[in-house]
Amino acid sequence: MTDETALQRVKFYQTGTHTVGNRLMNEARRSVQASMDRSNAITSGHRACQGCGEALGARYALDAALRASDGQLVAVNATGCLEVFTTPYPETSWQIPWLHSLFGNAPAVATGVAAGMRRKGRADVRVVAQGGDGGTTDIGFGCLSGMFERNDDVLYICYDNEAYMNTGVQRSSATPPTARTATTPAVGDAPGNIFGTGKNLPLIAMAHNIPYVATANVADLHDLEDKVTTAMAIRGSRYIHIMVPCPLGWGSASDATIHLARMAVESGLFPLFEAEHGQVTRSKKIRRRVPVEDYLRPQRRFAHLFKKGHEDTERIARLQRMADANIERFNLLGEREAP
Amino acid sequence: MLKQTEGSQAVAEAIALCRPEVVCAYPITPQTHIVEGVGALVKAGKVENCEFINVESEFAALSVAIGASAAGARAYTATASQGLLFMGEAVYNAAGLGLPIVMTIGNRAIGAPINIWNDHTDSMSMKDSGWIQLFAETNQEAVDLHIQAFRLAEELSCPVMVCMDGFILTHAYERIDVPSQEEVDAFLPPYDPIQVLDPAEPYSIGAMVGPEAFTEVRYLAHEKQLQALRRIPEIGAVFKDVFGRQSGGLIHSYRTEGAETIAVALGSVNGTIKEVIDGMREDGAAVGSVSICSFRPFPSAELRAALAGAKHVVVIEKSLAPGLGGIVASNIRLALRETTVPVYTVIAGLGGRPITMSSLREVLEAAGNGRLPEVQFLDLDHGAVEHEILRAKQTRRAGPTAENILRNLGQSAVVGNE
Ligand SMILES: Cc1ncc(C[n+]2csc(CCOP(=O)(O)OP(=O)(O)O)c2C)c(N)n1
Ligand code: SF4
Ligand SMILES: [Mg+2]
Repeated sequence: MTDETALQRVKFYQTGTHTVGNRLMNEARRSVQASMDRSNAITSGHRACQGCGEALGARYALDAALRASDGQLVAVNATGCLEVFTTPYPETSWQIPWLHSLFGNAPAVATGVAAGMRRKGRADVRVVAQGGDGGTTDIGFGCLSGMFERNDDVLYICYDNEAYMNTGVQRSSATPPTARTATTPAVGDAPGNIFGTGKNLPLIAMAHNIPYVATANVADLHDLEDKVTTAMAIRGSRYIHIMVPCPLGWGSASDATIHLARMAVESGLFPLFEAEHGQVTRSKKIRRRVPVEDYLRPQRRFAHLFKKGHEDTERIARLQRMADANIERFNLLGEREAP
Repeated sequence: MLKQTEGSQAVAEAIALCRPEVVCAYPITPQTHIVEGVGALVKAGKVENCEFINVESEFAALSVAIGASAAGARAYTATASQGLLFMGEAVYNAAGLGLPIVMTIGNRAIGAPINIWNDHTDSMSMKDSGWIQLFAETNQEAVDLHIQAFRLAEELSCPVMVCMDGFILTHAYERIDVPSQEEVDAFLPPYDPIQVLDPAEPYSIGAMVGPEAFTEVRYLAHEKQLQALRRIPEIGAVFKDVFGRQSGGLIHSYRTEGAETIAVALGSVNGTIKEVIDGMREDGAAVGSVSICSFRPFPSAELRAALAGAKHVVVIEKSLAPGLGGIVASNIRLALRETTVPVYTVIAGLGGRPITMSSLREVLEAAGNGRLPEVQFLDLDHGAVEHEILRAKQTRRAGPTAENILRNLGQSAVVGNE
């Protein structure tokens, strides 16, 4: 935090929106996207759904990486929505060299690209690998763990929309309990995905003792950019897990993407933190705590929890306990830093 | 330099001479000695500007090679058997992307039942993946084919598999001429990629392609193999100029002049077959043999010419297409479709079963006498098979087949270094 931002503290928040106004910020602190000559990894014209969090997250993340690497950037992509909506050839949206191989091998391919670049005397070319939650937490998990374990010089970004969206919204190991997907239908005694399953990839990444792990979110794009920039300043394996709401899969309004991403953070369900070498170094404090219901209710994938007359109070409470546990574990309340 | 050495070690030295830039490996018998050999050379600083990456699976090994190759580096890996299946998705992907990776296959059976010994089921499982597949007859040829493979792969931007029989070649010590760095450098130019990930000239590689262009992309993969059909003999000829010996090519014919029965096979078994041919020729039999070096692309025209005078073609093959018979024989039948020559399949050497000269002679004689069935399993223990069929008929809960057969043989399973 610079003195200047401290001075500007109050002005950052435009009444009613909770967004940090770019226009009010010191120019150096403005989002990459606000600049006339911004870096541009993905051009518009791709085929993502309206309000797609993944498209937004990828653009911000890669633009920040592109800037941090001085334009010397290669992206490797796992199969998934991002891959499909950016490249129905010849309409590629990528303005940077981009390679898609398979669904489950993006981390290994990226390792190979980084090694190849080093051997060709191009160690200045940085490598970002990216995939959805399914590509990352499930099918690509082996390759990702190998990449982490070897501390290969790759920044891996997971765009977590909590299901296999590209194939029509099926459950992944990142799908939260109670969420309805095509393979966890909202029927039976406990509709939707069950409790007691799933994996927390940021924590697993930390267990590999890699130099940098962070979670980020499309409601706070400055924070996202900062984390990408931090990651890009480090060599070795780095992991950023970005929560990206998916209007289609979540059954949410396309203009609710940012709101939902914010509610996920403010409820404690999706903690924002950074970790270095396996230790949490910083967590982003919750600004105005909300009950998990505020996050869940606008999403049709949770509609069965809120049936008129028989709300599933027990399971909503269980989700609340998960949020509370995160708040405790990552120390999400208390004094906030200036943005 | 001529020396007494292990096939795997010689191949490792040949790989090092080819100046690979990224080598990735995951261990599996009988490939291990090759990657260990390359790894040791890299670690000792004997391979300039090369990285050896220990990965967590074969799927990752080939994926790392894919990334490295797309970055413009010369990439190499090796595997066998289960490992080749485990990387299967990436095998097709490397070919689809047109990345000139070279990979050694130390040919080994595929389970279940798990078996570490030699046959060709692994390579055959990937015969239509778009990779060029070259089969070495000897360890000298294995060395030479690797050097040719990089040149061929990079000229065509197409990956090449060099297949060498597990144990029979990989673990055999014999006299091998490992060439000098100068010779290899004179033959193999540096890798000049046709596509490369470069921020100065960014493009997308591996994009989604729909029905509007997919057939054309696939056609070009086929066309590339047809080009290889022309380039393989030409590269073999250049190789001969530089190294002074004939290695590689599409097929090798042996004493086929005037032969009525011709044996066809891939890989090291051709050595045994030639011995049998010599013996039978001595006894006045009109026999000869053809060794297929390039299985993909498949040299149909060359085989048609080589087999033109034959009355019986006997394909000795180390793999089985259950429910069909022989894979190689099916391909040869297609090549000979305009003739009426009978093409017999002899399934031999599965899971490392020795292919003996006497058994080979028997089948070649039977073919000459018109007594060979269309599909024959060399040295099949009919008693064991019938016993098991009968037992399975008697009780529903017959238990696991492989274990029953072993029990019946009165042996305990000998488990190797899996
Ligand atoms: C080996 C393999 N299995 C399955 C698929 C089918 N598939 C393609 S994309 C996809 C879903 C991707 O989900 P995720 O990684 O979460 O990314 P998203 O589309 O949600 O962004 C699946 C299952 C595939 N392409 N390859
Ligand atoms: S399905 Fe979801 S992730 Fe995929 S493009 Fe649409 S909004 Fe984005
Ligand atoms: Mg997903």
